[in-house]
Amino acid sequence: MTPVLELRDVALRHRGSAVDAVQDISLAVEAGHSLALVGESGAGKTTLLRLLLGLARPTAGTVRFDGAELSLRDREQMRRFRRSVQCVFQDPYSSLDPRRRVGAVVAEPLRSLGIDTRSSAVPKVAAALDRVGLPADAMDRYPHEFSGGQRQRIAIARATVCHPRVLLADEPVSALDVTTRVKVVDLLAELKQEQGLTLVMVSHDLSVVASLCERTAVLEHGHVVEQGDTAQVLGHPAHPYTRRLIDSVPRLPA
Amino acid sequence: MTFLDVRGLTVRTAEGRVLVDDLSFSVAGGERLGLIGESGSGKSLTTLAVLGLLPSGMTATGSVELAGTQIVGATERALTSVRGRDAAVVFQEPLTALDPLMRVGRQIAEPLARRRGLRGAALRDAVGDMLAQVRLPEPERVSRAFPHEISGGQRQRVALAMALACDPGLLIADEPTTALDVSVQAEMLDLLDSLVRERGMAVIFVSHDLAVVARVTDRALVMKDGRAVETGTVHDLVRSPRAEYTKSLVAGARRLEAALDLRSPR
Ligand SMILES: Nc1ncnc2c1ncn2[C@@H]1O[C@H](COP(=O)(O)OP(=O)(O)OP(=O)(O)O)[C@@H](O)[C@H]1O
Ligand SMILES: Nc1ncnc2c1ncn2[C@@H]1O[C@H](COP(=O)(O)OP(=O)(O)OP(=O)(O)O)[C@@H](O)[C@H]1O
Ligand SMILES: [Mg+2]
Ligand SMILES: [Mg+2]
Repeated sequence: MTPVLELRDVALRHRGSAVDAVQDISLAVEAGHSLALVGESGAGKTTLLRLLLGLARPTAGTVRFDGAELSLRDREQMRRFRRSVQCVFQDPYSSLDPRRRVGAVVAEPLRSLGIDTRSSAVPKVAAALDRVGLPADAMDRYPHEFSGGQRQRIAIARATVCHPRVLLADEPVSALDVTTRVKVVDLLAELKQEQGLTLVMVSHDLSVVASLCERTAVLEHGHVVEQGDTAQVLGHPAHPYTRRLIDSVPRLPA
Repeated sequence: MTFLDVRGLTVRTAEGRVLVDDLSFSVAGGERLGLIGESGSGKSLTTLAVLGLLPSGMTATGSVELAGTQIVGATERALTSVRGRDAAVVFQEPLTALDPLMRVGRQIAEPLARRRGLRGAALRDAVGDMLAQVRLPEPERVSRAFPHEISGGQRQRVALAMALACDPGLLIADEPTTALDVSVQAEMLDLLDSLVRERGMAVIFVSHDLAVVARVTDRALVMKDGRAVETGTVHDLVRSPRAEYTKSLVAGARRLEAALDLRSPR
């Protein structure tokens, strides 16, 4: 089967930097097989998501979408790409337009994809907010009037409102308390089950990874040091870094 | 000795909506208090109220006494002398707290110059030390980088370094490790532990992660809907939670831990 998204021998070096931020990366995201990216802070996880989103261009290798090389100039492909792929960024606040009310922020994908008018979007926006545990009157307020975890959920509502095929999410539950986190994990599991959503998720919460993703890739210093079935990678880690990661998970007092 | 004493703190919006409701707690010098609770329960607003930093339009009533200064109703001038020296805060979203147009090194240098009177080469060395202390790699590059040129977890450690550079009597850390992988997180918690011991710093540690709070603090306050629903040692909260919300928190945490132990998705 053709992967939905694929990185082939990709490297990226930032302008002015002496070393590659990521190097030698080959990853395939198969439809319905969610992939987790885990690894050290600064290892290159966000960089990989930006490459998959076409927001950064690789300095070597290719990014492929539905089997074809991703090209910002191919307008037909870009249209399909935007219709298919949504994302949740690592810093929710800076990704939400501060001058627009939450109702407009969440409706944005529906409006820009030409799926809905302002008024026909309203019930879908209300439903998307409700699914992440926010009241419908949240629509009338501005992003700065919410708490950190509420803003993160606004970003999730926006990314899921138009039923994308693929969701790229960078630490989507990092600001959520456990009870809210369990709700959002359940929501994402439901979208996978019912709509066949494919998830590519960066998370340092290995229990969330274990709950949601069939496959896991472990990054260290810009390299994939290990990838495979989540149960295998987390249950029988082959690389010392993966072992260290698993051993560092803080546990509740007995 | 009590360093921070909060009595009947209530925070309202301009329209009169109550966001923090009659909250009372105190922190002794060198003590560590955890603040846990539901998303939107008022944790961040409480920490902002302690420093007189509430968003415009919001009002605080009640009493917040920080190192002998009454914060509620204080003038901006009185607040300026308190901030940094008596209490410094690591904000929840580092990108909003860092100046996007200023190089990271300079942002850390400012409190060091102000608080320790350092200049020139001594200041540059001190900035390097701070970056190394929070385990930032390539301190040279990070120091010259703008906030958007480093990773999320690196920004969070820069924000922590800035607060520590103030050498405050009370460190308020609002979810300071959310963007860190568990191994760097463990290093940061060790760092906090040793600094707090060496310098006798008091800490308010806001976190949604019970296991992390257990690692850093002895006592915790559980919040929901702007109120304190329960307080006690973290050990007791985890072993025998009394409030409904605390019970669901512990059950949720156990469920996630179990998923990790099975290590496969549903
Ligand atoms: N614009 C840039 N210029 C130079 N270096 C950069 C730039 N953006 C990121 N980097 C560096 O590239 C490396 C990878 O960053 P990236 O944001 O992908 O890490 P990450 O794995 O997402 O980390 P975190 O978990 O902390 O968010 C880091 O060392 C970072 O400092
Ligand atoms: N500027 C504002 N105007 C109106 N309401 C606000 C404002 N800032 C926060 N709130 C509301 O106040 C409540 C408490 O917010 P606060 O940021 O203290 O929550 P929190 O406990 O820190 O949550 P989280 O864990 O999600 O960060 C939330 O319901 C939030 O929507
Ligand atoms: Mg990142
Ligand atoms: Mg908060």
